Amino acid sequence: MNRNGSIIHMSGIRKVYDTGKVKVEALKGVDLEIRKGEMVAIVGPSGSGKSTLMNLLGCLDTPTAGSYELGGDDVAGVTRDELAEIRNRRVGFVFQNFNLLPHISSQENVEMPMLFGGVPVRERRERARDLLTKVGLGDRVDHKPTELSGGQMQRVAIARALAMDPAIILADEPTGNLDTSSGSDIMSIFNELWKQGRTLVIITHDPALAKRASRVVEIRDGVVMNDHMN
Amino acid sequence: MSDLTIISTLFASSARLQKKRAYLTIAAIAWGTVAILMLLAFGEGLKRQLDRNRRSTGENLAVIWPGETSKTYKGLPAGRAIHVRAGDIDWIRERMPELRAVHGEMQTWRPATYGRTVKNLRIIGTNPSYGESRKHYPVAGGRFFNDEDEAQRRRVIFLGDEVAKDLFGHEDPVGKTLLIANSPYLVIGVMQHKTQMGMYGGPDSNHAVIPMSTFRAQFSREVLQELVIEVQDPAQMKAELRKLNEVLGPKYGYDPGDDHAMHTWDMVKSSQVTKNILTGIQLFLGIVGALTLIIGGVGVANIMYAVVKERTREIGVKMALGAKRRWIIVPFVLEGLTYTLVGGALGMTIATLLVASMSFIDIEHNKVLSFLGRPTLSLQIGMFTSCILGLIGVLAGYFPARRAASIDPAATLRYE
Ligand SMILES: Nc1ncnc2c1ncn2[C@@H]1O[C@H](COP(=O)(O)OP(=O)(O)O)[C@@H](O)[C@H]1O
Ligand SMILES: [Mg+2]
Repeated sequence: MNRNGSIIHMSGIRKVYDTGKVKVEALKGVDLEIRKGEMVAIVGPSGSGKSTLMNLLGCLDTPTAGSYELGGDDVAGVTRDELAEIRNRRVGFVFQNFNLLPHISSQENVEMPMLFGGVPVRERRERARDLLTKVGLGDRVDHKPTELSGGQMQRVAIARALAMDPAIILADEPTGNLDTSSGSDIMSIFNELWKQGRTLVIITHDPALAKRASRVVEIRDGVVMNDHMN
Repeated sequence: MSDLTIISTLFASSARLQKKRAYLTIAAIAWGTVAILMLLAFGEGLKRQLDRNRRSTGENLAVIWPGETSKTYKGLPAGRAIHVRAGDIDWIRERMPELRAVHGEMQTWRPATYGRTVKNLRIIGTNPSYGESRKHYPVAGGRFFNDEDEAQRRRVIFLGDEVAKDLFGHEDPVGKTLLIANSPYLVIGVMQHKTQMGMYGGPDSNHAVIPMSTFRAQFSREVLQELVIEVQDPAQMKAELRKLNEVLGPKYGYDPGDDHAMHTWDMVKSSQVTKNILTGIQLFLGIVGALTLIIGGVGVANIMYAVVKERTREIGVKMALGAKRRWIIVPFVLEGLTYTLVGGALGMTIATLLVASMSFIDIEHNKVLSFLGRPTLSLQIGMFTSCILGLIGVLAGYFPARRAASIDPAATLRYE
């Protein structure tokens, strides 16, 4: 974390996708500063670059230009394995399509980040069980993702995102594939996490969900158009 | 926590999803393994058989044929024929005591008669120790002639097994009398069957051997057709042959450096050539087998490529959650290894059974098989094959997995 308490500090971020024939400039110079404990909603039309931004925030991809400090550390020029470690310890991801591993149980899915983080087996088991209980799935630990509903899968994904106790949760349209009621359950969980002091960045289409955030950042055509507190 | 624990946990969780097509790949590897093992086993059998056949003429031997001088020597002109005589054997023996044996051979073709059967026969007159050196081992119930026979000029004869069959059919020749150029000879032994590779004058099974003293008396000969020397150690052969010329040269009046005075067949040297050819054959068979196995390896590479492709999203998810590259790659390598090792083990079992079943085939009395030998598996063959299998498995898993793990997780997660 740097002097002014910002956990995320992006400046002049550009991202160009080079697909051989055409080059798509998905982000055209984004400056973004997020302070610890904020709950930021990122909104914007489809194709505006929201997911691209989230991939960069979560170190799932590297920017074409610009600088990015995560928790006070510049992530430029960091090796792939070091980026893996940063994702493992500092960031928890929640995806629109859940991205759970289909062949293993909820329990094992939640344990996965802890396996990579070097948490001993016993502790891993216990913590995964606790987290699943907290998201209301204490009775579903041995179920495989395919045996769960969409809302339940997303709750497993949230438990997994929390496994390594990261400071930041990044969610890309976490309610996009859910019905309204499951969606609002998920949003309640996020609110809960925010109250506990975690930093959340949530991409959403839904204006109602955006209202529950402390701050709304609007992206349009690869640039930040609007940035206001709720 | 160690890498090993992480990798084994990941491998264990992915190993639960074996696919049906894995059976096909395993079968391909098994087939390739059988092919390479059988080829190598065939090569090994050939090698061992040829080695045995080579030894069946005798070991550490050289045959020397006296010829004509091609250089002048101490006032003597070139073109003089050299004649080594029966009495010279002891003379050489005295001067070269380090030799294990020195034999002389006299030869003649004469009709042999038993009952109504007549056969033109190559008859060799030689020393008693020839039996041991030239591996003329008697079938049970018979013997080779001895010093006593030689000293007494006895009319005894030792028959090659083919000769015995031609003259006596199914009768046991030992103790019977046959006529050689109208003189009676007592058959004292028949040679055990052997498949011979190196020979001069013809296979041993087609000649008959009598004591030299008897030969000299009956056929009035003194001159030896050839000398046969046996050394203690094959490494000495070259030096001993040179020494022989140095000993004989002054006696017979030829230059010891004259190649034409004595023609030599150094069996030690020619067996080295044979060995090199065999190594070449084995190398060739190994390469052909390895290529067959590599075709199976392409199958494994294919399946691993498909497996990795199928799990691209899974790889992306794991990387998003903090998996390092090696934790992604190594479980795939282990999976590839599992396919090749299971297939390899299957192939080895089949090949071992095949080779074992061939041990019941009688090769001794089959003209072709007695040269080819019996397919034989060895530890080296097993190791060689295992190494190739391991290499294929590792490469087949490594390359597709490395490729998938080098893409940014964002791109991998987008993949449908
Ligand atoms: N991997 C990629 N390769 C090429 N173009 C891409 C890639 N990812 C995104 N894009 C393009 O970048 C732009 C922004 O995409 P994205 O960030 O997914 O938008 P959003 O999430 O706001 O809908 C789009 O035009 C999209 O087609
Ligand atoms: Mg998107």
